[in-house]
Amino acid sequence: MARVVLILGDDVSTDVIYPGRFMATMLPTETPAHAFADEKEFNAKLAKKEIPPGSVIAAGRNFGCGSSREQAASCLKGPGFIVVARSFARIFRQNAVNLGLRTIAAPEFEASVGDELEFHPDEIVNRTSGRRCRIEPLSETQQSMIEAGGLIPYTRKRLLAR
Amino acid sequence: MGMTIAEKILARASGRARVQPGEIVEPAVDLAMSHENAALVINQFNEIHQGTDLSPKVWNPDRIALIFDHRVPAESFKTANNQKKIRQFLAAQGIRKFHEIRGDEGGICHQILPENGYVRPGYLVVGTDSHTTSHGALGAFAMGIGATEMASIWALGVVLNLEVPATIRVHMHGRLPHRVYAKDLILHLIGRVTANGATFKVLEFHGSTIERMALSGRLTLCNMSVEAGATAGIVPADQETLRYLKQEAGVKERLAPLDADGDAVYDQTVDIDVAGLEPQIACPHAVDNVKPVSEVAGKRLDQIVIGSCTNGRFDDLEIAARILRGKKVAPGVRLLVFPASGRIYRRAMDEGVIQALARSGAVIMNSGCGCCLGVHQGALADGDVALATTNRNFKGRMGNPNAEVYLCSPATAAMSAISGRITDPRKGGS
Repeated sequence: MARVVLILGDDVSTDVIYPGRFMATMLPTETPAHAFADEKEFNAKLAKKEIPPGSVIAAGRNFGCGSSREQAASCLKGPGFIVVARSFARIFRQNAVNLGLRTIAAPEFEASVGDELEFHPDEIVNRTSGRRCRIEPLSETQQSMIEAGGLIPYTRKRLLAR
Repeated sequence: MGMTIAEKILARASGRARVQPGEIVEPAVDLAMSHENAALVINQFNEIHQGTDLSPKVWNPDRIALIFDHRVPAESFKTANNQKKIRQFLAAQGIRKFHEIRGDEGGICHQILPENGYVRPGYLVVGTDSHTTSHGALGAFAMGIGATEMASIWALGVVLNLEVPATIRVHMHGRLPHRVYAKDLILHLIGRVTANGATFKVLEFHGSTIERMALSGRLTLCNMSVEAGATAGIVPADQETLRYLKQEAGVKERLAPLDADGDAVYDQTVDIDVAGLEPQIACPHAVDNVKPVSEVAGKRLDQIVIGSCTNGRFDDLEIAARILRGKKVAPGVRLLVFPASGRIYRRAMDEGVIQALARSGAVIMNSGCGCCLGVHQGALADGDVALATTNRNFKGRMGNPNAEVYLCSPATAAMSAISGRITDPRKGGS
């Protein structure tokens, strides 16, 4: 079971996920400190480690639109978030796959803060509301990238095979 | 069955006779561009090689370009250290397409690549910057990627697992009305298709308006294609493309035009008659929240920004100077001008454009991205309202989540600087 800890609307940009003014910070160990830096309450909870790994950030359409900054994915990967959105922007989704941040696209997804979710291969069951909604699966190649542990080991394997 | 321009480029780069949307390909990269975030690419690149006997050598140093533009000159020692680390890496790897923080050869990456002839029709270009879509203006397939993906490309020279995107044909016809420009066109298009209307798709621009448009305007169109979610924006390479590359970018080799096949298959077609179009404004906090200028005219402004990779080219500055020459920026309003490159800056000086803007009260900044994304200079105060020729107006974009950013063309920005309020550029001035 995974608990929803933050609900966001449509078109959440990378400027909201990881504001540009922190872009000189790049190390995946350091980026989580600035995740949702302008959502002060949430960022403070994160800093105090009050949010357990495996918690869900829920959003509407086009999550992660805007900049290609990888910090927007690494800052969520570090604390172990799962992002469920109705849809994702392309570069953010690819960065998430490359880094192994778990993202789930569910076009009719609805939830409230505190809801407990159960993930199945093709659907999400909201244990709190009883609602079920389908998941749009990742492509096979994206899935294989995740199974390889992300793009770095995947590339290393390819390089060694040459 | 024919192919779109994107399909032709990806087929060629993947060594196939043809490709179609949905296929997974592994195309060879012609040009890989990064800026300051190369510091992260270097980390990831080294990590790929960790635990192996392989020495971390890039696949081809001649196909990598590096431009410092996001925080120039460095605003902090952290950035300065990142830049230093990148310089050392470039020297060690023998990467020569490197543009330093300099007034002669420096500038914003999306201007430096075209003006140095680094991008050719038919190229596959990747960049660790979402506005890499700009280079589709030269008939290339150009897309933004993340740092880890770039590290993989530095190692292998190919994009792994790229799904061939479908293409949307955008047909723009008619003559642009007085003081309506490429920027107004692309804002109007984004408003129509929405911020994710082209996600995982390519926008391919056609029609008489595009055929008549100079390369500068085409760069603006492709630059902002990503704001509709597009993977790439592409304009066919025609005589104007070849003229630009030969005359302005000094390319000596033979170049050929590139267009889609007549029987190419499109996901959909968007038709726009530009003849009746008003100047457009994207309102806070979404790029697809687009309104005609008449609906937002009168809004009081604190800061106006002219420049960036979207609208910092010579013609953009000249249009602004023509409006501002002999006039004054309204009291209480800050006008910041960022030429897109050192070359543009110098031409604007030679032709009196910089002088006219500075005399009107504009602050002439060095070429760079910092203000647009709120990392370096030109930050907004709480409650401030900005009008900018840049490309994004997301909450917090110009450095403050408690401020507002409106987007427009250089003409609208210049006219609004005189009144201190959002103003229709078609009213008044010469």
